[in-house]
Amino acid sequence: MKSTRIGLVAAAAVLALTASACGSDDGGEGSGGDGIKIGIKFDQPGLGLKKGSDYAGMDVDVAKYVAKQLGHEEGDIQWVQAPSAQRENLLSTGQVDMIVATYSITDERKEKVGFAGPYFVAGQDLLVRADDSSITGPDSLDGKKLCSVTGSTSAQKVKDEVAGVNLREFGTYSECVTALVSGGVDALTTDDTILAGYAAQDQYKGKLKVVGQPFSQENYGIGLKKGDTATCQKVTDAINKMITDGDWQKIVDANLGPAGYKPPAGNPPTPDACS
Amino acid sequence: MGDIIGNYDILGAFWVTIQLSVLSALGSLVIGTVLAVFRVSPVRVLRALGAFYVNVLRNTPLTLLMVFSILGMSIILGLQLSQDQARDSYWWAVIMLSVYHAAFVCEAIRSGVNTIPAGQAEAARSIGLTFGQSMREVLLPQAFRGAIAPLGSTLIALIKNTTVAAVILGTAEAAGLLAQITENEGASLPTFFLFALGFVILTLPIGLAVTSLSRRLAVKR
Repeated sequence: MKSTRIGLVAAAAVLALTASACGSDDGGEGSGGDGIKIGIKFDQPGLGLKKGSDYAGMDVDVAKYVAKQLGHEEGDIQWVQAPSAQRENLLSTGQVDMIVATYSITDERKEKVGFAGPYFVAGQDLLVRADDSSITGPDSLDGKKLCSVTGSTSAQKVKDEVAGVNLREFGTYSECVTALVSGGVDALTTDDTILAGYAAQDQYKGKLKVVGQPFSQENYGIGLKKGDTATCQKVTDAINKMITDGDWQKIVDANLGPAGYKPPAGNPPTPDACS
Repeated sequence: MGDIIGNYDILGAFWVTIQLSVLSALGSLVIGTVLAVFRVSPVRVLRALGAFYVNVLRNTPLTLLMVFSILGMSIILGLQLSQDQARDSYWWAVIMLSVYHAAFVCEAIRSGVNTIPAGQAEAARSIGLTFGQSMREVLLPQAFRGAIAPLGSTLIALIKNTTVAAVILGTAEAAGLLAQITENEGASLPTFFLFALGFVILTLPIGLAVTSLSRRLAVKR
């Protein structure tokens, strides 16, 4: 009796673990032919946002441009949601061919995936209420209430940068924006591109502003399968072409311009060589 | 794997998980017991109040309660429990875990009360005990013994539900730290299994202890 009970518990545990291990196995159809599967964010205004069946944002436009240079028409692109935590797995298991989703190039990530780019240089910045002039940068955060997303790079960075920071962490940036607008927190910190996207949203227009004193450098790259140097070279060429023939500027202006956002120093970047 | 254990305070995160579990278990036990008394009391208003609480809290997603506690209670209504936002979130997480699981504790205890033959309550009242006395001396002691198994299940659910607090609590607790590790190092199965193992270590002994306790403390009838 007792052994069956323990056996049942063990079986249930194994079942639960395996079920969670293979939970995200969608988007398998339509992979044949000339299709290309590109991972983007579905929930970041100005960068990658899904509205009905349309996708809009800087990352989406960059992805469309690069796909076109690789010989894929816009209709052949299959968009896949690439949440931050799943990006490496999506690439290594081949569920997507490339990822254009505010994907910062870091040494840890380079061990798992390949990168082409950077195609954009962002920086960590602060979003504050439009009528708040007391916060001018990371040095003026004494006694201020700050908000960011649980475990994000930005949250870790601000903990290191600002001693004794009074940080609130939420699951998503939208919750931080809600708290900021209602006065519960004084500033929201993450990449300036993401902040500009929120500041430009219709419901927040005129209520929020980006401080404009970036205190980190995030090199957004296009994530590729590790070791695929041939594709990396093609994508790098596409990024170079996009920057030289002016499409880069158009894409940035169209998506991030409405928030009054100016790309920080270092833009447009020079893509690194593929290794 | 070794460097993940070395670079991150995983034990510290599980310590916070344990703190949350113990504090909310105590909180929910107190609130749940009071609710159970309400639900079996002879006063109609109290019964209705208890039923209303249980039905509302039990049917509200915990994530929603968590987010509501910070965005609604702490920020908009200004009910801040600490000037330090991380502490504020911590105490709100304890409160929300307590009030949420109190509904389940209440139902577990009520089921324990229902295992007691009606004759005992009638006998207790007929020898002159008040409702309070018959609850304290006759019904609740037996109800707790009968309710140990469902209370144990509720405790296990509570321990695992502390991970929901990550939506407001940041990286202090196990699920939040897992989010941070995933952000820095990429998602990996061994890390997931490590955290799953942590929860198995916390919950499995409770399950075994509860099973043997419920057998040993069963009311012999």
